[in-house]
This record gives sequence, structure tokens and C-alpha cells, in this order.
Amino acid sequence: MRPHLAPLQRTSAFWPIVLAILLVGLVAGSLVTGAANVSALDLFRRGESGDILLVSRLPRTLATILTGASLAVAGVIMQTLVRNRFVEPATTGTGQCAALGLLATLLLVPGAPLLAKMAISSAAAFAGTAIFLALVRRLPPTQPLLVPLTGIVYGGIVGSISIFIAYENDLLQYISVWMNGEFSGVLQGRYELLWASGAAALAAYFYADQFTVAGFGKDTAHGLGLSYRTVMIAGLSIVALITSFTILTVGMLPFVGLVVPNIISRFRGDNTKETLPLVAVLGGVLVLASDLIGRLIRYPYEIPAGTIFGVLGTGVFLWLLFARPTRRV
Amino acid sequence: MSRTFCILGLCTLLSITAFMVLGARGNWDFILVFRGTKLVALALVATSIAVATVLFQTLTSNRILTPSIMGFDALYILFQTALIFTLGGFGFSTLAPELKFALELCLLSAASLVLFGSLIGQGMHDLFRMLLVGVVFGVLFQSLTVLLQRMIDPNEFSVVQGSLFASFNNVDTTLIALATPLVLACCALAWHKRSVWDVMALGREQAISLGLNYKRELMIGLALVTALIATSTALVGPVAFFGLLVSAISYEITKTYHHGPIFLSSILISVIVLVGGQAIFERVLGLGATLSIVVEFLGGLVFLFLILRRVRV
Repeated sequence: MRPHLAPLQRTSAFWPIVLAILLVGLVAGSLVTGAANVSALDLFRRGESGDILLVSRLPRTLATILTGASLAVAGVIMQTLVRNRFVEPATTGTGQCAALGLLATLLLVPGAPLLAKMAISSAAAFAGTAIFLALVRRLPPTQPLLVPLTGIVYGGIVGSISIFIAYENDLLQYISVWMNGEFSGVLQGRYELLWASGAAALAAYFYADQFTVAGFGKDTAHGLGLSYRTVMIAGLSIVALITSFTILTVGMLPFVGLVVPNIISRFRGDNTKETLPLVAVLGGVLVLASDLIGRLIRYPYEIPAGTIFGVLGTGVFLWLLFARPTRRV
Repeated sequence: MSRTFCILGLCTLLSITAFMVLGARGNWDFILVFRGTKLVALALVATSIAVATVLFQTLTSNRILTPSIMGFDALYILFQTALIFTLGGFGFSTLAPELKFALELCLLSAASLVLFGSLIGQGMHDLFRMLLVGVVFGVLFQSLTVLLQRMIDPNEFSVVQGSLFASFNNVDTTLIALATPLVLACCALAWHKRSVWDVMALGREQAISLGLNYKRELMIGLALVTALIATSTALVGPVAFFGLLVSAISYEITKTYHHGPIFLSSILISVIVLVGGQAIFERVLGLGATLSIVVEFLGGLVFLFLILRRVRV
């Protein structure tokens, strides 16, 4: 097997380099794309063009990268903890629960500060995901596809509660903003929460090995000297935080957390600690690309990045479903 | 059995009366026509969803899959949007509604025969994979629809707006004249072939060895399902879990494998839930158009319950 492995090791720098080039190109493209004509060099000049870059284009670009990276990382955490390749915040009801929490704050404590809103929606996301995990534990391990199926329907049920409440209170608009990821509203001063989301994703990197061990199950984790409960809570908290930060700032982008880790694991295997940075970068690249496509396809109008990603993401998801026949997923 | 049907029939009559009478004030000539049209439309929707779901579950020999879960109605709306996209809003609205409907129906039939005919042929061993693929197809069709809608000129967009959510409150009554004979014909054919479906329900191998032209009957069944789903979607929009709710209740209370009683009871239950529910929600609770959401909620719970129960057995 040795000689077979050698070329793989030699080319291990290939993907990081490709991703880095892609990222730089997309960032440049994102900075110069928009209704106003601006060149990237204006960033270093004073004047109106520089302001457009600093206030609108740069924050938007950063927001897309942060969202994509942290959602992809959240997907990896979920997949490691549940030990199922097809779970992520959008297929486990996490996003719908976070939105339900936000809706509750909006109705019950309308004047709540941002921090309180965040706390309640994260708590709701956490609780909702915990319920999902309890539900999934009763499913047989021989039916891995049942897990995402249950999750999607569970999310739909929670979502219909939100829609019912929102409909009767004329708040439907809010729900659709939360559930459809879009970056056109991002301006300086209105996206900074996403840095916290990025920080949560970074924290996940340091826990990566523990997540992997916890994924082996309670007994194995205990046998290896790991506090299963603590790691589960840490992992779920990170996922809940990332989900609610993203929903509150730009809205939910479904399938990012599902598609990105699967692509990376196809090419680079499953060593979480090693692949997590790649997953984050690819997440950023894909979401930024979706946003850019959305801005260009019907220029100067915009199509939400979430819509573009919805089409691409479900396409990749279907490919994954068919390309991985019944062997363990 | 006959007692069950007596009770169901009574409840149906009660729902219809409640729908027609509750909160009615003023000129009966107007009320009868206004509410009568809506009643006919709702009954059409209820009937098509009930028959289509039962039939589809027989064709796929399981009681969890429904055409809506497999993305049939999302596909219909995608085609509608694609038509507006290619013809332009003006071209679309000058088209006669009958022609439009016929065009969409043809497109949908062709696509569903290709897509689901092949899926049903080979993928049935793995039910959960089928289900997941169907759900994801639904999401994909929806995203594509939203994408197309966004690419349509905002002025033209208003033509399609609102068709993505089901509403039993705003039934598209212009299509009734066309839909009524279509639904009746489909139901008559489905009823006529009820013993064929009984054989189909035994599974592919048994049906073939009993001398059934399985492939032909499968295609006929799928065509019926497509026509019925297209009609109901054209009238009210997509309803993912409603059919499942109805068929599950119907299997539960009839406890039979004969399609005659199952068809009948599911149609009656469907009418009770839709018409009675709409009467209660609209006239008694004053909750506007939210019946569809509650039905989806209940249907979703039934779905989860069914798959969890199936796993435990």
C-alpha cells in the first residue's frame, strides 16, 4: 500500500493552494462587483469609492466568508457528534428552532436588546437540537438515511409552528428573512455578530479531537477518559451559537454544512482536526461564489445567495445520495 | 364497516352544512353561489388529494410515501414558473387558462413518468433513500422556482407570486369548470380499476404472477396520480402532508386492503378535514387562512410517527 499512498502525500498541498487562489480571486471579484464602479485599489484611497468599499463591499465579502466557514464547521460538528454524514443545522431542525426562539422574543419581549435575543434564540436552537438527538437515538443504526429524513420533517413541524404564530401576528416577513440567507443588507456595523460566529467555529477547531471521540458513543468516550456529556454540550452549544448568529444577521443558508464537509471528506478523508481548516475555507469560497453569482446573474438586481446555494446544494446532496450506495454513510 | 361509513357520511354532511350556513348573513342567492363555488373547489381538492395519495401508496407498495412528499406539486409549480419565465408575464396571462393548465399537465406528466417511473422501478428496495431523495427533490424544485421567480421581471413576478404557499382560503375558482370533469373522470377510472389496485398492492412479483400487465397498470396509475395532483396544486397550491394525514386515518379506521372502501373513506375524511376545518377556522376561530399550516403540522407529526413506528416493527 505504501507506494500507493506516496502520490497522495506529495499532492497534499494541492487542495489548500487551489482553495487559496479561488478565495483570493473571489474576494477581488466581490470587491469590484456592484452597482457603483469601484476598483479594488480604491480601498487605499480616500473619497467616495473608498467609502463604498469600506462600508459596503468589504463587510459584505467578510460576512459571506464568515457565514460560509462557520456554517460548514457547524456541519462537521453535527456530523461527527451524530455520526451521520447527512446532518447539519438545516436537516436537524436547529435553524427552525432558532427562528422560533427569535419569534418568541419578538412577541413576548419586543424591546429586548440584541444580546438577550441572541441568548434566547441560541437556547432554543440548543434545546431543539437536543430533542432531535434524543429522537434520533431511537432510530436503528442500520438506517442512516432515516436520520436526515426525520430531521427535515422535524424541522418542518417546528417551522409550521413558527409560520402559524407569525401568520396570526403579521410577522411572516421576519420568518422569510430569517430562513432565506441573503447578504445585500450587510453594511459596516450590521454584520459584526458574524465575527462571534467565526470565533465559535475557531473554538470548534480546538475541540475537534474530542468531538471525534464523542462520536464513537458514550461508552467508548468514557473508556477513553472523556466526559461525554461535557463534549456533547460544548459541541451543541457551538452549533446553536453559529446557527442563531447567522440567522439573526443574514438568515439561514441551508445545505452549506452538509455539502461542504462531504466534498472535503471525499478528497481528504475524515481526520477532523486536519480537514477542519479546509472545510472552513471551502465553505467560505462556496458561499462567496454563490453570493457573487447571485449578484451577477441578473445584474444590477440581486438574487439571494441562499437561493443560489439552495439549487447548487440540493444538487450536490442528490449526487451524494446516489453516489454513495447502501454502504455505511 | 357500514357503521363507519354512516358516521363518516354524517360528519361530511355536517361539515358541508357548517361550511355553507355558519355566519351567513344577507342574500342567500349570493351566498349559495359564492360559498357553493368554494365548496365545490375544496371538495375537488380533497377528492384529488385523497385518491392520488391512496393510489400512489399502492403503486409504491408502502403507506408512507405520498406524491407530495416526493415533490410532485413542487415540480408543478416549477413548471408554472418556467412557463412564465419563457413566455413572459404578458404572454402567460394572455394564454387561455384551459390551455395553460393542459400545457402544464402535459409537462408534469412527462416529467413525472420519466423521473418517478424510473425511481419506482429500481429504487423501491430502499424506502428511506427514496423518501429522502423525494424530499430533497422537493427542496430543489422549490429553490429552482424561487430562482426563476427572482430572475423574472418584478412586474411579471406578481403573476406567480403567492403560488408557493397553499391556501384553502383563496381557491383559484377559474379552473373549476375544467377541473371538475377531469377529477371526476380520473376518480371514475381509479374506481373502475379498484380490483386491479388490490392486486397491485400485493407487490410487483405477486401482481405479475397473477397475470397483471404490471408495467401498463403502473403507468396508468402514475398518470392518474399526476393529473390529480396537478389539479389540486393548480387550485390551492402545494400541500405536503395533507394526503398522508388522510390516508393514514383512512387505513386506521377501515382496516381493510380493498381499494373500494379505502377510496371512499379517504375521500370522505379528506372532505371532512378540509371543508369542516375551513368552516371552523374561518367562521368560528376567525383564523383566516391558517388551516393549511395546521394540517401540515398534523401531517408532519403523523409522518414522523409512521416512520418511527415502522422502524420499531
